[in-house]
Amino acid sequence: MATVIRTNNALPWIPLLLAVLISLLTGCGTGESNVVQGNRNGILHYGNGAEPQGLDPHVVTGVPENHLIRALFEGLAVKNPVTLEPEPGVAERWTFNDDRTVITFYLNPDARWSNGDQVTASDYVWSWNRALHPMTGNLYAYMLYPVKNAERYAKGEIDDFADVGVKALDDTTLEVTLNAPTPYFIQLMDHYSTFAVHPETLMQFGEMTDRFTPWTRVGNIVSNGAFVLTDWALNRHIKMAKNPHYWDRENVSLNGVVFYPTENEVSEERMFRVEQLHRTEGVPLDKVPVYRAIADSPYMQDPYLGTYYYLINTDREPVNDVRVRKALSMAVDREQLARTVMQEVVIPAYSITPPNTLGYHPPKLFDFNPEMARELLAEAGYPNGDGWPGLEVIYNTNEAHRKIAVAVQQMWKKHLNIDVTISNQEWKVYLNAVSQRDFQVARRGWIGDYVDPNNFLDLFITDGGNNNTGYADERYDDMILQQAPRATNQEERFKIFYDAETMLMEQMPIIPIYTYATRHLVHPSVEGMTPNLMDSLNLKYVKLVPGRRLPQELQ
Amino acid sequence: MLKFIATRLLQAIPVIFIVITATFFLVRAAPGGPFDDEKVVLPEVKRALEAQYKLDLPLHEQYLAYLSDLANGDLGPSFKYPGRSVNEILFSGLPVTAELGFYALMIALVIGVLAGVAAALKPNTRQDYIPMTLAMIGICMPSFLLGPLLVLVFGIYLEWLPISGWGAIPGDKILPSITLGAAYAAYIARLSRAGMLEVLSQDYIRTARAKGLPEWKVVTKHALRGGLIPVIAFLGPAFAGLLAGSFVVETIFQIPGLGRFYVQAAFNRDYTMILGTTVFLSTLIVLFNLLSDITAAWLNPRLRAQFKGGA
Repeated sequence: MATVIRTNNALPWIPLLLAVLISLLTGCGTGESNVVQGNRNGILHYGNGAEPQGLDPHVVTGVPENHLIRALFEGLAVKNPVTLEPEPGVAERWTFNDDRTVITFYLNPDARWSNGDQVTASDYVWSWNRALHPMTGNLYAYMLYPVKNAERYAKGEIDDFADVGVKALDDTTLEVTLNAPTPYFIQLMDHYSTFAVHPETLMQFGEMTDRFTPWTRVGNIVSNGAFVLTDWALNRHIKMAKNPHYWDRENVSLNGVVFYPTENEVSEERMFRVEQLHRTEGVPLDKVPVYRAIADSPYMQDPYLGTYYYLINTDREPVNDVRVRKALSMAVDREQLARTVMQEVVIPAYSITPPNTLGYHPPKLFDFNPEMARELLAEAGYPNGDGWPGLEVIYNTNEAHRKIAVAVQQMWKKHLNIDVTISNQEWKVYLNAVSQRDFQVARRGWIGDYVDPNNFLDLFITDGGNNNTGYADERYDDMILQQAPRATNQEERFKIFYDAETMLMEQMPIIPIYTYATRHLVHPSVEGMTPNLMDSLNLKYVKLVPGRRLPQELQ
Repeated sequence: MLKFIATRLLQAIPVIFIVITATFFLVRAAPGGPFDDEKVVLPEVKRALEAQYKLDLPLHEQYLAYLSDLANGDLGPSFKYPGRSVNEILFSGLPVTAELGFYALMIALVIGVLAGVAAALKPNTRQDYIPMTLAMIGICMPSFLLGPLLVLVFGIYLEWLPISGWGAIPGDKILPSITLGAAYAAYIARLSRAGMLEVLSQDYIRTARAKGLPEWKVVTKHALRGGLIPVIAFLGPAFAGLLAGSFVVETIFQIPGLGRFYVQAAFNRDYTMILGTTVFLSTLIVLFNLLSDITAAWLNPRLRAQFKGGA
């Protein structure tokens, strides 16, 4: 009978559930915020955009990964956060031979791995072998292609790495032989694909070319940067502490950094407002006006080395006619687009290379000119849009891309009286369509890997993997691939680029729309986050000043 | 009873096998691959990558290789997160999602059962209409609306509760649990109301009342047990649904759970991750359905008698 009563009586579990729920609820109330605590302890709380794919410099790619890897590792040279000019990293200096095809790096004898081992020139030879080896599958292997025979090695055309132009002359001397003078090569030494990894650590967990070993995990990883990895909770946080073996440790102010995978900009902004983060990776577009209105605003907006544009498939009607392409481009009112749709967070673009790329300014061949656009369209056989066969613009599913596409569609209707359909595609479907050139017009963005016009202009060499437009001109290829590298000075080189870019834009295989800008929220307690074109942050220079609070409006 | 369980388990195997096979071929048929990226992957690099992930093998060999790995409990390496296995990612996300699902379910049960029983006791009065209208709203309101609303009210205006994270700050689990649990609370309220109404009109309840038992005893001792059978039958699928369906809530509140990996794996064409999560979740769903069938059978005297007779 007693059993019957117990099983029959449903009452006891309701209070039980209530009790558990209440215990869950009583945990509420916020303690001291991350920022206040962090300022006291020298810990920076950093919104990093997304969970990184991983931390192996030769395997992963991406912006969040870049931030993490460059905190953990250091290249031969690093970028000055203000000028972006190279300055000493692992190499304390470097020299060039007369025709600037041989670079000798002199490594800092105090450069250490986080286990105390010296960073040697042979570590670099081993690491570049890994970075280039066909079996590694390094997406950024091409960063090292300026090195003699590197491309042939990566493509499996030669097997012996000794033939590749990188030699360790002794522990601290690394000699690099290039195919041709490459003015931006030193800059590439700050790109993670050219970083050294600790060979003994990697070999402890597998082969040189293995992608899957746990060598980058907490407790396993050995790195040579200003910070070391101390905790990695998947999709929660990555914690780093100051590296006691780092050669320039005296100039590192922070005691540690906590990186958060803040995929959702809206949540990230909320975290910032309740002082959970010192810095955000982005700012939701609709919050920008709010932040701009605040005095001493934590909002930071700066030009970014990237261009947003529409790719044109020059083999498809009606855009196979250069007059149509020009008409389309001239009928886009970029100023209005930047002002209304994009809340002035971008800069109108009229060419592919962003303005002031290390002193290079691209040509501006046209302006918003609806009259001339109508004339060109009429010449091409579509006066006032008559006989227009239709056109489709594709973009990957994203609210911002959609808004821009709608605005451009309306501008073309208004100024040219032509109908254009816009269609969104899921990311991989869109990528597939672009690479198969199965489109007429497609949205595209390109973010520079290094600050040099070459990084944008070599996209459009004949059959280039990222060309996708069908644009092909032998003279252009010659200028980019042969003439520019052989230029004796920067002025001459930029002149060649300028002429090449003029040729390119006269054919208009792309419709440039805007130059990107970065948007961050930075807490007033943070110093040393200098904005630059690459959004390249060296955490070594960051300092925290306790006692500073967010502006009153945000509290 | 054992025979019943054994039969149901055997039936589950072909279901899961079909799920694996369909998913395996469907993900590979989708346009675009795991290595497509905005910056084009050089052909030589792509070849190397495909070789490392066995994608250079003919499709049927890939399939057999996957099945044999699966038989050993190995879900393979993730494409998106090199250096991490799918097993590892699943098990890092599962406890979080399970915890979230558990809290959500408890909230759903407490609110749902109380509201449903209250409504059933006085049908067609205010005590019925108010909770049932709220339940209807709860069912209709998607979590991507409720979540931000709760955040706005309790996180931003009132500043009572943290608005993101999981376990980092005390109280940060409350809003996501409520957001996820609300719709289920509403379902449970309607189910328990219907179940209770049916039971309360039965003869044995009239007998209990006739014996002079106080009303609360009639309800808790006699009516609830029968009245909640539909709720219990719903719990298994509900918990599986909570696990698989927490994606939106996990995204709004930045919770490092399974749901977030699941949908992203599909966008990334992370073949092994899609398969791993699908296999894992479909197994869970089958298991939870089985569990709730068994519980329902055990609670239902008529079915229980059948098993006794059959076994």
